[in-house]
Amino acid sequence: MASALVNVPARARRGEIIEIKTLVSHAMETGYRRSQLGARIPRDIIRLFVCTYNGTEVFRAELHPAIAANPFIAFSTVATESGTIAFNWTGDNGFSATESAVIVVE
Amino acid sequence: MEQRTSRREFLWAAGGVAAGVGLASVVVVRPARATPAAMQEAIRTVVGPARVNPGRVKVELPPLSENGHTVPLTVSVESPMTAADHVRAIHVFTELNPQPEVVSFRLGPRAGRARVATRIRLAHTQTVVAIGELSDGSFWSDSAAVVVTLAACLEEA
Repeated sequence: MASALVNVPARARRGEIIEIKTLVSHAMETGYRRSQLGARIPRDIIRLFVCTYNGTEVFRAELHPAIAANPFIAFSTVATESGTIAFNWTGDNGFSATESAVIVVE
Repeated sequence: MEQRTSRREFLWAAGGVAAGVGLASVVVVRPARATPAAMQEAIRTVVGPARVNPGRVKVELPPLSENGHTVPLTVSVESPMTAADHVRAIHVFTELNPQPEVVSFRLGPRAGRARVATRIRLAHTQTVVAIGELSDGSFWSDSAAVVVTLAACLEEA
């Protein structure tokens, strides 16, 4: 099963720009490789990453095969209020992984 | 009076001709090495008829990558990131990968700062282009050249 790692600061001042780092375990099979028998290995990648802050989408990434295996994505957001930052990765063959982090904004 | 070409004159002339040929070949070869059409086409589908201006975007890539399977990439765009003036999206393209699209990041004023990082695959020594899409509808771009010693996408599983 897929495992994801997210790095979100536990506490932040209101209005502070926080950096979020995410890593998810996935082979990101490009669909361009061939096996030793010459058969093409079908594509199996994560297509979409979405980050929501208390239910509101704040960041989204559309991925293509050129993203390295175990996609790492770092971005930033403004700490507006205490709550939950949720992460969702979806991809080929029904792949889906979710992770969330709690942030306290004072 | 003898009108013989001296050895010195001959060498000067020969050198001039050689330099001329060299220059001409550089001039002729350059366009053939220009950004491949596939990438331009991919950029067009994202940008539409708008003009892509150089500047405001910064692509950070190592100039030399020993492993094309995972190359760290950071793209930042100069922007105040307010509701009125922010970066709507950052698109990344490559010239020589099997597919020109790499990733599209969608952000907004809540990002606070237009700076994203990821790790990409590069099939060859090539140029990576990033395009920033601003809220006023303008597009800005930057590119970076990377030398890749071990290419991605070539090995068998």
